[in-house]
Amino acid sequence: MSAVYDWLSMLPFGFTQTAFMQRAFIAVVLSSIMFGMIGTLAVDNNMAFFSDALGHSAATGIAIGIILGVKNELIALIAFGILMALLINRVRSGGAASTDTIISVFSSTALAVGLLLLSKTRSSAQYSAYLIGDILSVSESEIMLLVFALIVVVAIWCICYNKFLLIAINKSLAASRGIKVVLFENVFSCLIAVVVMLSIKWVGILLINSMLILPAAAARNVARGVRSYNLLSIIFATFSGIAGLIFSWYLGTAAGAMIVMISAVIFFSTFTIRAVTHK
Amino acid sequence: MKNECGLRCVRLDNVGVIKGSKQLIQDVSLELRCGKITAIIGANGAGKTTLLRAVLGDIKYTGEIDFTDHNSNTVSGIKIGYVPQKLNFDLSSPITVIDLFCSLKSKSPVFIFKKKQNVQVIKEKLAANGCSGLENRRLGELSGGELQRVMLALALNPIPDLLILDEPVSGVDAKGLGTFYKTVSELRKRYHMAIVLVSHDLPLVAKYADSVVLMGGKPLAIGTPAEVYNTEAFRQTFGSSFGGELL
Repeated sequence: MSAVYDWLSMLPFGFTQTAFMQRAFIAVVLSSIMFGMIGTLAVDNNMAFFSDALGHSAATGIAIGIILGVKNELIALIAFGILMALLINRVRSGGAASTDTIISVFSSTALAVGLLLLSKTRSSAQYSAYLIGDILSVSESEIMLLVFALIVVVAIWCICYNKFLLIAINKSLAASRGIKVVLFENVFSCLIAVVVMLSIKWVGILLINSMLILPAAAARNVARGVRSYNLLSIIFATFSGIAGLIFSWYLGTAAGAMIVMISAVIFFSTFTIRAVTHK
Repeated sequence: MKNECGLRCVRLDNVGVIKGSKQLIQDVSLELRCGKITAIIGANGAGKTTLLRAVLGDIKYTGEIDFTDHNSNTVSGIKIGYVPQKLNFDLSSPITVIDLFCSLKSKSPVFIFKKKQNVQVIKEKLAANGCSGLENRRLGELSGGELQRVMLALALNPIPDLLILDEPVSGVDAKGLGTFYKTVSELRKRYHMAIVLVSHDLPLVAKYADSVVLMGGKPLAIGTPAEVYNTEAFRQTFGSSFGGELL
């Protein structure tokens, strides 16, 4: 890992000279790759709203972590995220006509509870950092966690991707081939929960969902198969992450917002390309 | 050509499905026999698709569903081929026909690479089912008929013991539909597989099906097309204008 830091500090950019920006840079690259990968299937599964709800529920996770005085807030956050993911999944698979409404109830309740608890224990300046994110807050141990998470995500992706894809295309078709649909759906949702929760502190509750959805949505505009779809999604996510971080450094803006802004520009560009070429 | 009968029948005994507080289907006891086409008909919401999903193991059910082999031994695993009613994902997704096939056929994740060998085999299978040249098309770009042929090619790979077709009629013109039934009928003869299909096309069912199950929450009538089409329940479901002249 120290080799990466050395390499970064050798780059002729002002922003890579300080330790916190080096950590921010590595964190952005690691989580962008994960968002890019997971995003394609999240989009195919129509899970944009699901992940949005997960992001909002992070507020409660953060608050619980603080109140319990858990040493590493991330543990409380991830545990709560997984719980929330499994809960929402259950509701989704129930197939009720009003799934959207129920997810919305869950997510706004979790957001409200979180904000209530946070505003009780923290000053508004402190908890608003969770809403818009603070890229400079990334610590060394969190980077190691991100590395570990990336390895796990890549491993699960390599083993389970085909099954995830079949389930996204048609659940009954997947079931007819002996795939345990509910199990894999839960694994996938937990994966989203973990990646979201690992990044929520620096991206912020309000924008986390765009990190997941925008690169994949942009990629599907121009991709011609599953391979280019995933590849482009990862490239778009990583490019937005790095470019967003650099711009925010020089312009003094929130990094999360800048990253999402750049993703959005890529999305509208690819959307235009698709509209023109498909005429 | 293989002509083995790996499966004597699928037996449903008193099968029911409850969703929430609603009883979707109940009291379903019937047999699906090898080399026979069983058609499930009924009004909308009669539980036709629910019944198929119970056989697929995709939905929780009460009662028993047994898969039995030649010697009346109960077996747990049989090969099921399934042609879904429709694909439920966002059709603008860049998933191609070959992506779908490879994700079923191979263990190597399709987002990284596809084996050339597999791709070649799949192209041949597609061509054999009248889908040549479709391999690199997005699933969302296929017409109703093309999608149906692709899904059938997929369901036949490998050759299943039981072929389940859910409403193979949607989005397909009358000529394509007739061809499809002919194909299914030939499959049954060639591979001696059990075939169960949900259909809305009563004349085609009368022509090709060996037995018919009329659903209305539970089986209202079971028998040959001639028997079922002459029941009071059939006339109540489809109106008295249907029936006699279809047979």
